[in-house]
Amino acid sequence: MSKTRDAILRRLRDNRPTDQPLPSPYRKPLGWDSEQRIASFTERMRAVRGDVYRTTPADWARTAAKLCEERGLKQALVGHGPIADQFVADASDSVDIRRYAQPVEEWKPTLFRAVDVAVTGCRAGLAESGSLVLWPDRNEPRLMSLVPPVHIAVLDATRLYENFAEMLAVEQWAAGGMPTNALLISGPSKTADIEQTLAYGIHGPKSLITLIVE
Amino acid sequence: MNQTEAFHERIDEALHNDQMRRNFRSALSGIQAKREQQFPDDAQLQALREQARAVRANALVKQPELLEQLEAKLTENGIRVHWAENPEQANQIIADILDAATAKTVVKGKSMVSEETGLNTYLEQRGIEVVESDLGEFIIQLAEEPPSHIVAPAIHKNRQEVAQLFHRFYPDLPYTEDINQLTETARQILRDKFAHADAGISGVNFAVAETGTLCLVENEGNGRLSTTAPRVHIAITGIEKVVEKLSDVPPLLEILTKSATGQPITTYFNMISRPRQAGELDGPQAVHLVLLDNGRTRIKVDEQLLDTLRCIRCGTCINYCPVYVQLGGHAYGTVYPGPIGIALEPQRLGIDQVGSLTSACTLCGACGQVCPVEIPLPKLINRLRAEAVNAGREASPLIGRGALRNKTEATSWKLWRLVYANAFVYRLFALAATRLRWLTPKKLGGWTRYRSAPKPAKRTLNELARQKGFRSE
Repeated sequence: MSKTRDAILRRLRDNRPTDQPLPSPYRKPLGWDSEQRIASFTERMRAVRGDVYRTTPADWARTAAKLCEERGLKQALVGHGPIADQFVADASDSVDIRRYAQPVEEWKPTLFRAVDVAVTGCRAGLAESGSLVLWPDRNEPRLMSLVPPVHIAVLDATRLYENFAEMLAVEQWAAGGMPTNALLISGPSKTADIEQTLAYGIHGPKSLITLIVE
Repeated sequence: MNQTEAFHERIDEALHNDQMRRNFRSALSGIQAKREQQFPDDAQLQALREQARAVRANALVKQPELLEQLEAKLTENGIRVHWAENPEQANQIIADILDAATAKTVVKGKSMVSEETGLNTYLEQRGIEVVESDLGEFIIQLAEEPPSHIVAPAIHKNRQEVAQLFHRFYPDLPYTEDINQLTETARQILRDKFAHADAGISGVNFAVAETGTLCLVENEGNGRLSTTAPRVHIAITGIEKVVEKLSDVPPLLEILTKSATGQPITTYFNMISRPRQAGELDGPQAVHLVLLDNGRTRIKVDEQLLDTLRCIRCGTCINYCPVYVQLGGHAYGTVYPGPIGIALEPQRLGIDQVGSLTSACTLCGACGQVCPVEIPLPKLINRLRAEAVNAGREASPLIGRGALRNKTEATSWKLWRLVYANAFVYRLFALAATRLRWLTPKKLGGWTRYRSAPKPAKRTLNELARQKGFRSE
């Protein structure tokens, strides 16, 4: 181990501050039922210019395909798994579909330039802040929700938690081990760096569409 | 030029820049209004502040163990951990990582710690291209300026100034002052950089010891791109950013975003725990974390100064500071401006270097009132002022104590005390001041630089009171 490391840790040990009261466990139970959760999620997401549609297991993929058609999105990117398969099955006439099937290095320029929309699932949603929770994996890699200008996310309504604290507690994230990357996404990419004026689509998706599946 | 003169010169320059002062006034009043909307209930805000304070205080008590746990967890997860005592070491570590990976181009997310180390200049001198990818940072990189605010680095520029800057560097693109189009222009320029960069550099908002997770808070997606698209990701952070548990994060995230920009949550909250795993198709193949001390362990020696380390870099104290709004961030001349800068920088760099900053405070208390982790900023600033002229306590870890002690000032205060401690002398002095008021000088050093000289009244307050019929002393 390095000398610098040991020196820093020694100084910290030699100067330990007086014990402080421990933080109390942070929970903010709101007691919301499913309808209230959907309403809060929708309101928060729309406040940051995210689109939200309520749909069903049978219909979501056709809804997604219709949205692509309406918005002129031609090249769609999907991963692997049930979400990708259903979209491929229901949407194949209206868009050109590409699967994320090889390491990003092998097709980066295409990913950055030619893809119009990506369709992914979500692990969960957070009602209070209007957030999508993603654990990108080999089936749905990280850049899918980031590089294409439009991101369509499919959210199972039964996986809508009240807030971040509730989700961490119920799902026991810390005990189960964290994935390579976990994300909360609350709206399309935005900035307020010029005159504190909100502008959307600075680096990530310019629009974020959530399909709540009930 | 000594530090005080240099500071006054920067202040003078700032006070004469009307455009910049207008930009600050409008920006800060907007940010304040947005923050206040997020906290409609004072009791709830207080509960959340208390929670956030406790999380940070607990992490500082257990800091050595938490850093060891963080290192062990990150290592287990496949993230390399490096320790740096000072800016030179941190920069060297990062340059070595880039060299070993033959990385020539870097995209960088916003990081105040890398401003502490002067990382960009260091890497550029070694032939590495560094592109700041946060829009505000990109703007000031073009302008060759340091950040003017720790959250909104280009807050001092208006749209016309940004438009002219873009036009100067990208003359082929159509000139526009429309904020949406300027944003689109930046998107196009930076997309190309993200697609081709060899490495990404980022800061860290919270490092979770329990799980070995690096958390990043941002709106733009540039932080995610910088930490996902290139093949190497290097994160740099101060050693105080470690927290104990994953469950400590939700209250900190909530109060950070609500305080800083008045958002209930930011667009992206990014939790990174590993490099790309076998079978995964993107993400960096290697992730490194550089832990920097740079004076932080010294701050920890003192139980009062220690509170400084609770800071979560939300910039709220800056947004509410009546001095900052008049001066802007560059006048401070340090990496961190505003109240947190006044408290932190003399501790980090020494009173003999930047102790004059402590004079840029009216002790109005606003910063202490809004700080989400309840750092007693006015108390700390007052303490540093005392230490700057050697009037403080005996044992103190501060560098350059008493460096601003000035014989004339010290003698004046001594005389003042003598006069006020003796009734006879005081009366004599009051009599002389009122009857000889025509002798008051027109120039009174720093005071009359921006104000007219005060003139004593014709009669003392005691005399006036007696005339009005007050008898009791």
